[in-house]
Amino acid sequence: MTDTAPRELPLQELDEVIIRFAGDSGDGMQLTGDQFTSISAALGNDLATLPEFPAEIRAPQGTLAGVSAFQVRISDFAITTPGDAPTVLVAMNPAALKAQLHNVVQGGAIIINTDAFNERNLEKAGYESNPLEDGSLEGYRTYPVPMSQITRDAVAEHGVKPRDAERSKNFFALGLISWMYTRPVEPTMEFINTKFSGKELVIKANEAAFHAGYNFGETAELFESHYEIKPAALPSGEYTNVNGNTALAWGCVAAGQLARLPVFLGSYPITPASDILHDLSALKNFGVRTFQAEDEIAAAASAVGAAFGGALSFTTTSGPGVALKGETLGLAVSLELPLIVIDIQRGGPSTGLPTKPEQADLMMAMYGRHSESPMPIVAPKSPADCFNAAIEACRIALRYRTPVMLLSDGYLATSSEPWLLPEIDSLPDIGVEFHTGFNGTNEDGEGIFLPYLRDPETLARPWAIPGTPDLMHRIGGIEKEDGSGNISYDPENHQKMVDLRAAKIAAIDVPDIEIAGDQDATFCMLGWGSTWGAIDAAVDRLQQAGKKVAHVHLTHLNPLPKNLGEVLATFDKVICPEMNDGQLVNLVRAKYLLDVKPVNKMNGVPFTTAEIESAALQAMDAS
Amino acid sequence: MTDTSPRTEPADWATDQEVRWCPGCGDYSILTAMRMLMPELDVDRENTVFISGIGCAARFPYYMNTYGMHGIHGRAPAIATGLAMARPDLDIWVIGGDGDMMSIGGNHLIHALRRNVNIKILLFNNMIYGLTKGQFSPTSEVGKVTKSSPMGSLDSPFNPISVALGAEASFVARTHDMDRQHMMDMFRRAHEHKGAAIVEVFQNCNVFNDGAWEGITKKQNRDANLITLEHGQPIRFGADGEFGVVVDGGAAKVVSVADVGVDALLVHDEHKPDPSTAFMLSRLARGPFEPTPIGVFRATERIEYASSSTSQLAMAHDNQGSGDLAALLRSRGTWQV
Ligand SMILES: Cc1ncc(C[n+]2csc(CCOP(=O)(O)OP(=O)(O)O)c2C)c(N)n1
Ligand code: SF4
Ligand SMILES: [Mg+2]
Repeated sequence: MTDTAPRELPLQELDEVIIRFAGDSGDGMQLTGDQFTSISAALGNDLATLPEFPAEIRAPQGTLAGVSAFQVRISDFAITTPGDAPTVLVAMNPAALKAQLHNVVQGGAIIINTDAFNERNLEKAGYESNPLEDGSLEGYRTYPVPMSQITRDAVAEHGVKPRDAERSKNFFALGLISWMYTRPVEPTMEFINTKFSGKELVIKANEAAFHAGYNFGETAELFESHYEIKPAALPSGEYTNVNGNTALAWGCVAAGQLARLPVFLGSYPITPASDILHDLSALKNFGVRTFQAEDEIAAAASAVGAAFGGALSFTTTSGPGVALKGETLGLAVSLELPLIVIDIQRGGPSTGLPTKPEQADLMMAMYGRHSESPMPIVAPKSPADCFNAAIEACRIALRYRTPVMLLSDGYLATSSEPWLLPEIDSLPDIGVEFHTGFNGTNEDGEGIFLPYLRDPETLARPWAIPGTPDLMHRIGGIEKEDGSGNISYDPENHQKMVDLRAAKIAAIDVPDIEIAGDQDATFCMLGWGSTWGAIDAAVDRLQQAGKKVAHVHLTHLNPLPKNLGEVLATFDKVICPEMNDGQLVNLVRAKYLLDVKPVNKMNGVPFTTAEIESAALQAMDAS
Repeated sequence: MTDTSPRTEPADWATDQEVRWCPGCGDYSILTAMRMLMPELDVDRENTVFISGIGCAARFPYYMNTYGMHGIHGRAPAIATGLAMARPDLDIWVIGGDGDMMSIGGNHLIHALRRNVNIKILLFNNMIYGLTKGQFSPTSEVGKVTKSSPMGSLDSPFNPISVALGAEASFVARTHDMDRQHMMDMFRRAHEHKGAAIVEVFQNCNVFNDGAWEGITKKQNRDANLITLEHGQPIRFGADGEFGVVVDGGAAKVVSVADVGVDALLVHDEHKPDPSTAFMLSRLARGPFEPTPIGVFRATERIEYASSSTSQLAMAHDNQGSGDLAALLRSRGTWQV
């Protein structure tokens, strides 16, 4: 066999692989990961992704702070997480290797761009000696590849300037990985042509780099085999790959259609929520009006104004923004107008970790306004579930005329999964009627409008919008008389209104909780929001190990499902993994007097399946 | 023959709510002016909305038989912006005091003005925090002695007209609570304006800052200290028009007409695209003890915010067709299993 002739390598079947592409933020790792995800989705694999960005836009090149990574897990079975630890790391430079190596499983494969391992880059990454030579990669299968050089050679013939040539090296990496996992070439060629349409030279260079990577895999005698991952047995239907923020934006638009109301968004940019503002701003042909306000207070206030006018109103932000909106949300509680507040939780307090997830705004959502100002809370459990959560939040807001808090987080926001597209007809009708006629009479028997006369079933007040003849009325933050809505400082009336506002939220129809896992287990894991995937995967592993375990997962946090206390009380032991210091645990303990045990993690990284599995095992063993 | 009689009476614009301002408060006369103006405008009560913040002034919406919202301190311009965007068909008035609009809500005020949202902002300036019982406000003079400034306040005041002009306001006017007809004229002009309009109303708080504006608004002081701006007219005042305003050395200055001659006087031009002259006029008096202009400082045309937003929606609709949800969910590519 010669060096260049294609070799017949054995094709090995795998049930899954977890690949992490890591490089400098300018290296195009997100694009590479995204494209690999798309090809794999089209092949029918199940998948989940976890992008990881530096907080700074242009962190110094080659430094640890500048490393950008994209993890994708593809499998031939159904999965709920992007995987605990990568089995393959593609490291484009020393900083990427240094920042990511600790994540990789022992014995995992590391594909390294050796050209980037020069003295300068090693020093920037803080390496004292070259890890490729000093034995620090022992225990891993390393594949040194001169990616920059081969890319430069491959694109040279297309007349690309040497300075620009290396830019295509991410496509070299994509080509190589595509070869390793027997992904088709055609979709990436199409992608390159659409993505860089109009830039002929860039298209040529990227195509050439991709082919060079693909051929390198085939011809270089470096790899023992290549791999195949069969399609997963997913429910049949049409799928798309969606991240949480996009699913939320689409959910907002869908809710507008399902409610037959124009959508209004008042927002102020903040990571990791800005993408919802971006997505919705591009959907003006759906009648969506977006308003980039001067601050979060104005964003929330504008949404209150739009809701008064009859729009389906949203305000999107992250924790620091929710803090600023607090007073305005109190006003919305008092006005009893529909409004949806979307909080993409991030590490805090203060600026904290802007690009990292946390679930530590639960108490703020629950109690973070002055006085007694109850607000319903919903929390999506997966990226695709963000779509449903948005519709559910709108349903509650409209039906009960209340601001609603939707708690997503930085993990759901950016990670993606395949989503079996719903039939539009199967989505719920969440429309409500504006009030258009009198609902009372005065002493003279004339018709009058009472803006705080409640619907006996839902306790919602009538929503009569400006422009409606005869129903002119004034609402405000001062305490109102029940019924008439007139200013009232009467002590008994205030007590009554506090009670009514609480009763309205407490009686919201949320679905009963269902037990996943073993129905007859005595041990249960309680979770909420984005921990669903990791807990679900841990339940699988525990069951495979012969354990009996139940999983109760909340997507409604206020009010809690009516049967929750009863259900939790049937278990001998309940643990609650959450990315905070025990906020749901406190709520549940206080409400049901149950000794739920906290499992907390606040390092900016979502729970791994292994962490939850071991917490469960420990709790089971403890007497 | 068309029926020119008004569709409503001032009384139709009043609510059954007892007005709770202190007896003698200047807010009463502003309310009366507004109720009297409404029948003269071609508007319906159901399409009119008053939005306010918090303060004595901000109680205003409760007393107008229209739609209304008494919001939170300082945020009325932001609330109104959302309403104006969602409902460009409405007539929206924003009411607030000097504390409400220039202190806690200063940020929202300047942004609403620069965006040119179609809202009519009435700033009741009594140079004091009324509702919280008399602390100095951002328009109070330096050295003001109040409960929170027993040795005199240290803060230099804002001049609301200068702030509004600096914030790119397209319509800026001033009036005072002692002249109902002038208030009605200014409110009417604000209403006619397409875009954000701000009217500063000198208002007397007879409890905590009584007579603060008297130096210019009291009958016997008006000749000497009140300058009524009129578009296209040389700026003159005094019992016999013996005083006038000229621009000299980059600033507006009061002169005796006899000294300079009528031709030297500044001719007021509301529509001047450049706000510099209006700004000079706003700086004419250092306080309510010197000749002070009232009237329309500036009335210029600029594209209105909500209608621009509507145009973008229409343009998107024309270019992309009306939004198809099923297609949106498929817009990032799909595959079949
Ligand atoms: C967030 C908040 N901070 C403070 C207050 C207390 N507060 C109510 S009105 C007001 C100032 C009112 O002054 P101004 O706006 O000039 O109105 P006036 O009463 O003079 O008409 C203050 C400080 C409040 N209601 N809300
Ligand atoms: S305190 Fe002053 S501003 Fe407030 S109502 Fe009384 S007089 Fe009017
Ligand atoms: Mg005041």
